[in-house]
Amino acid sequence: MEYKNKSNLEKVLSEGKFAVTAEIGPPKGSDPDQIKQKAEILKGYAHAYNITDNQAAVVRMSSLAGCCILLGMEMEPVMQMACRDRNRIALQSDVLGASALGIRNILFITGDHQSLGNHPSSRGVYDIDSIQLIQIVKNMRDNGIFQNGEEILRGNPSIFIGSAANPYATPYEIRVDRLEKKIYAGVDFIQTQSVFNIERFNEWMDEVRSRGLDKKVHILAGVTPLKSIKMTERMKYYIPGVDVPDAIEKRMKNASDPKKEGYEIALEIIKEIKKIKGIHGVHITALFWESIIPSLISESGLVPR
Amino acid sequence: MIITKQKPLDDLLNSLEDGPVFIVGCSECATLCHTGGEKEVLDMKKILEAKNLQVPGWVVLDPACHLQNDKRLLKPHEEELKKAKKVLVLACGNGVQTLTDIIKDADVVAGTDSLFLGEIKHVNEFEKRCIMCGECLLDSYGGICPVSRCPKFMLNGPCGGSKDGKCEVDPNLECVWNVIYKHLKDKGKLQLLKNIQRPKDWSKSTMMRRVL
Repeated sequence: MEYKNKSNLEKVLSEGKFAVTAEIGPPKGSDPDQIKQKAEILKGYAHAYNITDNQAAVVRMSSLAGCCILLGMEMEPVMQMACRDRNRIALQSDVLGASALGIRNILFITGDHQSLGNHPSSRGVYDIDSIQLIQIVKNMRDNGIFQNGEEILRGNPSIFIGSAANPYATPYEIRVDRLEKKIYAGVDFIQTQSVFNIERFNEWMDEVRSRGLDKKVHILAGVTPLKSIKMTERMKYYIPGVDVPDAIEKRMKNASDPKKEGYEIALEIIKEIKKIKGIHGVHITALFWESIIPSLISESGLVPR
Repeated sequence: MIITKQKPLDDLLNSLEDGPVFIVGCSECATLCHTGGEKEVLDMKKILEAKNLQVPGWVVLDPACHLQNDKRLLKPHEEELKKAKKVLVLACGNGVQTLTDIIKDADVVAGTDSLFLGEIKHVNEFEKRCIMCGECLLDSYGGICPVSRCPKFMLNGPCGGSKDGKCEVDPNLECVWNVIYKHLKDKGKLQLLKNIQRPKDWSKSTMMRRVL
């Protein structure tokens, strides 16, 4: 069977299977072994693996390079691309380059603001936002047209288009509108912000389903196992857009083994997510705790066959 | 209005070296910002004199960014200017450069940092309202500008970092998208936000064009 983009993630999702993606944070250095070691641990446990793009505005190895390392290991990457650091010329150029190198999934996001990262004196670009970038790439892929209206001379990029959604940011009323705009712009799959507050996530999904949007885009719910009380507090109070309910913070604080408790909470959340109609997969982000992902996926019964 | 802030005194003293210093203020924005009105010019004169710097003269231009007017208003101060080695301009970056066009011998020293084009909310409280992008999009957002007021220039709704109506960049900063949403909801015009706003045409910006 021939799939238009030859993306395995697209194949899995279009067949209606429950997809699993996992995140790999690239190193603060040029040593490829750091990515390879994390990748070895995760190999076989997900359908595709995200490589983040200078996440939290901290300088790391480029997503494009990380994705190429994964391709060399016969693992399918999801390249992340933020609008913070590149204008429309560089973004379109990197989409062409990624496609040429065999990357078939790209996740387009606006990006965390540079003032929150490790180079706060830098100048942000933000020439275009994520919705505009999705529309541009869709037009490059399907119609062979650049943003300026010129035709691509040879080789439309072959990209399964992803983006993020955050049900927890305010105003809540506009969150499904944003998703709808992304769908209208041409997004194929969505990875959500990490889910801790199931109740709010369900409210968001109710609205998504009532507008029939779960039929128009593949939604993968984000899951992040909490590793420690310190990490729980960091996620709750300092990371933009994350909603850790008081009850979960309390469980982590009262636990004799916070690592084990964080793992149990993640298992429970995956179980809840699997019950939600319209959810097509999970996206696991274990910040600096990639080694926990295989057992989390195995115990949840999600190992790809 | 152009919002300015006085540079740190140590930086100014460093630039002014041994003087003598002629001080220039501005009757418009810098007066309203309390950075370059008559009061601030005279306060600066006192401070410099206390540091043993001579101040042979001063003037408040009306306004500093008006080239021909400046030439006329500086005429009566010719002798004072001859004595000065430094001309300290307490006005915006435009005012400083207009003085650079006129002053031949002395060094022109910028006395303020120009911050933004903004609104006076209360005395000494200012808010950025416009970045003069060259292509006004206000009508698409009910008269509230995301280009100048969102740190990520988001044109299609708020990013994922807004929390309780506040911006991820600064919890004291209201997310402009929260303001836009509430305003359009009250007006029954939320449909304005449904369309995808195309990438902005920055070629209309005057950033690289110097003369109109």
